[in-house]
Amino acid sequence: MDWKGLATPRVLAVATAVVMAAALTLVFFYAPLEAEQGFLQKIFYVHVPLAIVSLCGFIAGGILAIAHLRTGDSRWDVRSYVAIHMSLIFGLATLITGSIWAKGSWGHWWVWNEPTLVSFLIVFLLYATYQPLRFAIEDPERQARYASVFAITAGAFVPMNFIAVRLSSAYVHPRVLGATGNLPGPMELTFVISLAAIALLYATLYSLELHTKHARAQLRALRRRVDERTDVPERASARSAAPSLPLPPRTVGTITSMSGRPRAGREA
Amino acid sequence: MKRTVGALLRKEMLVELRTLESVPGMSLFSLTTFVVFHFALNRNSIDGDLAAGILWVTLLFAAMLGINRLFVADSEEGALDGFLLAPVDRSALLAAKVLALLSYLVVLELVAVPAFALLLLGPSLDPGLGGLVAVLALGDIGVAVVGTLISALTVRTRARDLLGPLLTLPLLVPVVIAGARASSPLLALHASGTPSGRWLLTLALYDLLFGLIAYALFDFLVED
Repeated sequence: MDWKGLATPRVLAVATAVVMAAALTLVFFYAPLEAEQGFLQKIFYVHVPLAIVSLCGFIAGGILAIAHLRTGDSRWDVRSYVAIHMSLIFGLATLITGSIWAKGSWGHWWVWNEPTLVSFLIVFLLYATYQPLRFAIEDPERQARYASVFAITAGAFVPMNFIAVRLSSAYVHPRVLGATGNLPGPMELTFVISLAAIALLYATLYSLELHTKHARAQLRALRRRVDERTDVPERASARSAAPSLPLPPRTVGTITSMSGRPRAGREA
Repeated sequence: MKRTVGALLRKEMLVELRTLESVPGMSLFSLTTFVVFHFALNRNSIDGDLAAGILWVTLLFAAMLGINRLFVADSEEGALDGFLLAPVDRSALLAAKVLALLSYLVVLELVAVPAFALLLLGPSLDPGLGGLVAVLALGDIGVAVVGTLISALTVRTRARDLLGPLLTLPLLVPVVIAGARASSPLLALHASGTPSGRWLLTLALYDLLFGLIAYALFDFLVED
């Protein structure tokens, strides 16, 4: 999959800035005040898109992990890792904004009878073990494989969990704001633009992290070649929960021969 | 396949009978936990929601002991390598381990549920017993499947005793929700005999979903 020309971090960043500015303008100057909650309801345009994007990212992590197990190509594992990593950050933001909203509208920082928020907490707690799991496996190939198994299991768990928790709450809050179907027009438009802004933010951060990983892999390869020439013993790389891209095959050559070599990890 | 599963299951049972590593520990743990709950809650008898919750939490934590140990002996004593050398389907190992864990859970419940009725439960267990057996059976399948998958996932990690429960507990939250909600009317003061079909269906759906996932993914966990 070559998205490189289409969506470099820079292009995505500009798009994010534009759409985010539009979304914020709409939120504060266009969307009408909600009758019951007033200004507080504006957090809806941040909280709900964050939750949706984060959950989609978790599920995307599972799908990318399927691609990794099918092909055995570790680049898919890196993508799956980055997707889950970003979703965790967005998930934390979801929980915080959800908490603020709950405090504002119901007077408590946490309410157990809001099934969506409770499901989200369970999913978040499950994914919070993703990085400790990776960290606890030393062999990189096995780490990638086991992490993919986890990502697929957890990805399938997400909808199952939402069904179970939703069933469990006999008393569901009047969900005036939860469902997008019955939103009045201006609110719906604002919501859709906000969702697009958050999704673009996710895509920007995702591609930035992937690019950083490629750059780091290239740097590592270059450093190793320098070390080879100066007879420095190989550096022990620090152990990390984050997967790294494979090094290009080890060749003994001169520095000048390097310019003609394909650069590692450009494909993604 | 059937013969392989049978042979593997026989081996599991033999090892457990000779070492008595899991089941006695799990059963004893459940009894101790009931005593702890008695003092922690300062209640002599409980019923309804509270009873269902305590029963499920206790069973879940006791199951965790078995889940943590499920693959340890195989991994440390080289049985896993031996199995990988044999020309058999790897899913046979999954099936055998799930059945082994399921039988541990059944034995655990044969001890824990009567003890619970004796020590903590206020109302009589008799009217809801059939329903409770059905709920526990469906719950056990889910616990056994997820437990086996996670046990295989964490056995060769450092800090597996920590990671195992951390991964298993959130995954089993739907089982606890459905199991506890389904058994709470059975343990209530004026017990109704049958659990609600909605929760049994949720449990069955969970078992099916994770059964398929475990079947699809288990091969990747025993590749080397």
